[in-house]
Amino acid sequence: MSDITKQSLTELVENIKNKKLSSTDVTKAFIDRSEKSEELNAYITNDFTSAIDKAKKFDQKPNLDLKLPGIPMAVKDLFCTKNIKTTAGSKILNNFVPTYESTVTENIWNEGAILLGKLNCDEFAMGSSNETSFFGNVQNPIDKNLVPGGSSGGSASAVAGQLTPITIGTDTGGSIRQPASFTGIVGLKPTYGSCSRYGIVAFASSLDQAGPMAQNVKDCALLHEVISSYDPKDSTSINFKRNHFSKELTNNIKGKKIGIPKEYRVDGMPKEIEDLWQKGIQYIKDCGAETIDISLPYTSYALPTYYIVAPAEASSNLARYDGVKYGFRAKGENLIDMYEKTRSEGFGAEVQRRIMIGTYVLSSGYYDAYYLKAQKVRKLIKNDFDEAYKKVDAILTPSTPSSAFKIGEKTNDPVSMYLNDIFTVPVNLAGLPGVSIPAGHDSKGYPLGLQIIGKAFDEQNILNIAYAMEEKINFKNKITDWWIK
Amino acid sequence: MSIDLKTIKHISKLARISVDEQRAEKLAGDLNSIFDFIEKLNELKTDNVEPLTSIAETTLKLRSDEVKSKNIREQIIKNSPQDNEDYFVVPKVIE
Repeated sequence: MSDITKQSLTELVENIKNKKLSSTDVTKAFIDRSEKSEELNAYITNDFTSAIDKAKKFDQKPNLDLKLPGIPMAVKDLFCTKNIKTTAGSKILNNFVPTYESTVTENIWNEGAILLGKLNCDEFAMGSSNETSFFGNVQNPIDKNLVPGGSSGGSASAVAGQLTPITIGTDTGGSIRQPASFTGIVGLKPTYGSCSRYGIVAFASSLDQAGPMAQNVKDCALLHEVISSYDPKDSTSINFKRNHFSKELTNNIKGKKIGIPKEYRVDGMPKEIEDLWQKGIQYIKDCGAETIDISLPYTSYALPTYYIVAPAEASSNLARYDGVKYGFRAKGENLIDMYEKTRSEGFGAEVQRRIMIGTYVLSSGYYDAYYLKAQKVRKLIKNDFDEAYKKVDAILTPSTPSSAFKIGEKTNDPVSMYLNDIFTVPVNLAGLPGVSIPAGHDSKGYPLGLQIIGKAFDEQNILNIAYAMEEKINFKNKITDWWIK
Repeated sequence: MSIDLKTIKHISKLARISVDEQRAEKLAGDLNSIFDFIEKLNELKTDNVEPLTSIAETTLKLRSDEVKSKNIREQIIKNSPQDNEDYFVVPKVIE
């Protein structure tokens, strides 16, 4: 059975369709491996018993026309799942059982997939290392005591460690792409408005997007095709014609123009990252595409802008956690005291920090100086991309300024932690799609990723570029199963 | 710019998060280092820039005001930390 978990989604779907494997075989294999992988701490909640029941039911009357026929998968614990606890990695939602299903997960179950469980993440998706989760650190399958990145750290760890064939994460400032890069997998942050936000625990509503994470580009394209849909229940969902991403996937990118932005060559970036980027440029050329030097002059202002916009929106979104309607409640002497104690005991340090920043920048006398200023700079950052896309079809950058770091290495310095997202944040601010693909290893053998940024709604193009590059790179993830006893 | 303990206390009141002295000092330190980093935005002149208020270039759509979820009171109340079957319960607010 161990071979099953090594298969890609595409292979599993094919094997189920050809009846070489049953959904029960596949589901049991991933459950078995998940059970042996407790040390990774990738799951917050498992739903293994129902998963087996669902798989057996599927096998009795298999609908093989579905896109994910009887495929088991775990999802980030930020997606509301009906009747299954959804915590967002927080104590304050430790006992929250949604009465409804997120649209993105609904789309997945409608295509035949089966829920394995809910995956660990940074609390309310606020973090870059999965160290802010109330449910503890997640281990990176690449090496012991290495962070998997965040906030979709449990998701990344589970895919890289083969606990689930695919998963979905969310990305507000890099939370899909950075952990994908740290664990040697593929992660796509779609265009804002492409995947419904309905039923996703909100962090920063103008930035949040759900997206697929997988072992390879083709799997990622297939899952994206399933989750991307117009949804009237999300007021910023956009109605446009969506591609059959996996069917239309091609490695023919001849003649494409790929921009190389000089501002991404940041101070102190390790030589290994620069070398990887140069290699990426060579791969692009080998594929018959052209690279063009471009400038995105406002790049260095993206992180400061993000650290105003995201906490401001978060402070507003998280106002709902008051200990009244759902979630954790602390005892208080009166109503206000109850609110204050509930939020003080229910939220972790990073979430409190961000609520405080957000409250401050929106408070009387500071709104114009911070929030309005940030919205203006956000416009300049978006303009940078609009200008660049007059000349190029996509942009190639490193995904992160370093490889994965050790657990505890950056927890005492919030700013150094925030710098992890330097290459991913501009994409969210501009609402664009970006995909991270594994592209090499550093001297420690840890994976490094490259990011391809596209025009809005041009996921097919960046997936094609990623697909073509993937073939040239021929990346092999170094998973030793160190955590399995 | 420096955020002092008084400001921290004020923000924590606005945010409805109780903060003791020790946490307040830690938060002041953290917030000051974060705002030092944010201040970089002041290098830019933005007087004539339109703020970006929505990334999705779409207008909000209208829909008819219909009840879609019916008879879910019980399910919703079930998630309440303290309930009396019919209502959400909070500490007494009127003497």
